Amino acid sequence: MINIGKYIEMAINWLTENFTLFFDAINVGIGGFIDGFQNVLMWIPFYITIVLLTLLAWYKSGKGVGVFTVFGLLLIWSMGFWNETMQTLALVLSSTIIALIIGLPLGIWSANSQRCDKILHPILDLMQTMPAFVYLIPAVLFLGLGTVPGAFATIIFATPPVVRLTSLGIKQVPKNVVEASRSFGATPTQLLFKVQLPLALPTIMTGINQTILMSLSMVVIAAMIAAGGLGEIVLKGITQMKIGLGFEGGIAVVILAIILDRITQGFGKQKKGK
Amino acid sequence: MNKIEIKNLYLIFGSEKQKALRMLKEGKSKNEILKTTDCTIAVKDANLDIHEGEFFVIMGLSGSGKSTLLRCINRLIKPTKGQILINGKNITTMSDKELLDMRRHEISMVFQNFGLLPHRSVLSNIAFGLELQGVSKQEREKQAMKSMEIVGLKGYQNQMVGQLSGGMQQRVGLARALANNPEVLLMDEAFSALDPLIRVQMQDEMLTIQSKMKKTIIFITHDLNEAIKLGDRIAIMKDGEIVQVGTSEEILTEPANDYVARFVENVDRSKIITAGSIMITRPAVARLRKEGPEVLIRKMKERDITVLPVIDENDKLIGEITLEDTAILRHKGIKSIQTAVLSEVHSVTEDTKIEDLLPLITKTNSPIYVVNEERELKGLVPLSSIVVEMTGKDKNEINELIQNAIEL
Repeated sequence: MINIGKYIEMAINWLTENFTLFFDAINVGIGGFIDGFQNVLMWIPFYITIVLLTLLAWYKSGKGVGVFTVFGLLLIWSMGFWNETMQTLALVLSSTIIALIIGLPLGIWSANSQRCDKILHPILDLMQTMPAFVYLIPAVLFLGLGTVPGAFATIIFATPPVVRLTSLGIKQVPKNVVEASRSFGATPTQLLFKVQLPLALPTIMTGINQTILMSLSMVVIAAMIAAGGLGEIVLKGITQMKIGLGFEGGIAVVILAIILDRITQGFGKQKKGK
Repeated sequence: MNKIEIKNLYLIFGSEKQKALRMLKEGKSKNEILKTTDCTIAVKDANLDIHEGEFFVIMGLSGSGKSTLLRCINRLIKPTKGQILINGKNITTMSDKELLDMRRHEISMVFQNFGLLPHRSVLSNIAFGLELQGVSKQEREKQAMKSMEIVGLKGYQNQMVGQLSGGMQQRVGLARALANNPEVLLMDEAFSALDPLIRVQMQDEMLTIQSKMKKTIIFITHDLNEAIKLGDRIAIMKDGEIVQVGTSEEILTEPANDYVARFVENVDRSKIITAGSIMITRPAVARLRKEGPEVLIRKMKERDITVLPVIDENDKLIGEITLEDTAILRHKGIKSIQTAVLSEVHSVTEDTKIEDLLPLITKTNSPIYVVNEERELKGLVPLSSIVVEMTGKDKNEINELIQNAIEL
């Protein structure tokens, strides 16, 4: 029998011992980012946040979604989960932003380089199919408990869709459009920003949408390592066998998920319809 | 002056290009090369000189390498070996920067499937080339409007290109190419994706545009009728080789080999072949005031014909005279043929198309005379020749048909 687990353990121990400084830097950097986000979201009075999100949802996805947003958020507030929801939202948004910062360039790169595509493909498969809980272990070992390891695990879990769909979107840009642009003297940069990215935008938006939803599902799981937010309520429901509390937390997550999903889908559709 | 010169151009697809080149030199066939090196020879030893202001058509069936050759000219595909000179500059060895410059200012291209940007308006598509050059928005839109007018798109500037029909989209493609004000226009099967009526219309407009703008155009097509209609000269490609280069008439009348001949077979010859190319030059004539009935009867008997054109002392065509009438003159002992000359004859100029001769043959049994602007007789077209040209059958076959008809 081969004991793969032993070797992985060794590797991770080695990493924790030798890269302490690096992980500390991540802890401070990402931690600061998330905290900033959280502080801002908590500082804004809830009614202003509700109004802003409703307007955005209405503008991007229509009246129905706007109405749903008002009532959904009011329900969350009246259940007394406003702070937890804002914590979760901050974690989701900051994880998503970091996932995009990593994922978009990787996607563009893999669309243009077959070699990069070949290397990335199995790595992305691994990142997506590995049970999400597994990421929590190294995250805790590297970064301890709290929001940062939560975000770390979330980023690993949520980056693949945006990489894949960015790459797919760019590859799907019709060959003749690319050829025509080159024939008029487009540089590779002009080609990317004036042709490939605009034409791939609906597909990329789908990727971003997926990334946001996957972040949300992971953020809930990350409550197990004290990442806080709505996940904590659900976790409390499970561990203390409080069915009602668990469901309340769950409903809040679903409402948040639907709002985020509709708003981001609205972005993608609007570009497509033009 | 030669605007574009293509010299010994080879293009090979595959990884072992050099080995394939060596095998080509040794005279190995394409199939052998494909088997041993996995390389496809797309263009083989192409040589072309294209003049300034010329409408040059490259035609061939799909897979003949014509589109590939075209893409070598602006180096969308880099040739394996050989040179392409544009205004004397070798495009195959240019740096990236020079190449960008060349593409932005000197060569524009129009594509079969348009290659437009679906997320942009008509105007911004047309201005796209100028945008890449960094021309200011105001200036590029001004120029784009101008080129929209040339192709008949005025009023469409704010539409999205996706909403336009194929013909309109290709107008946008053409306007985009013209907006850069290039010297050379490459057109890759530009009208092949359009339905027949729109296609003919676009061809006509293209000819009008060209007569005004005098660009050097290289036009790719698989349709010989289109090639003949548009091209000042035509190059025919087969299996990556240029088989023949010439004017449409040269290609139709003197096909270089069987391949071209078979191609040409199905063309509507009546629209291309001119009276000048099928006429009999220096035919037997009757000279008014110089020759009498005796001489003429002998001339006709010698050649086994029954009618002669009559010309005056300046070689001008006056009419014709029949064997029958000449015999009557001789019988009556009249020496001058003046009274027997029939002045109502059909005469055309050398560049008259056979298509236009057809209505004439139904009204006469005499040949059709070919004259120049001074009415000097240049030759004549026997009715049988017209039939030969129209049917594409050779003289023996026609004779056989006539024989059969007589026997019946």
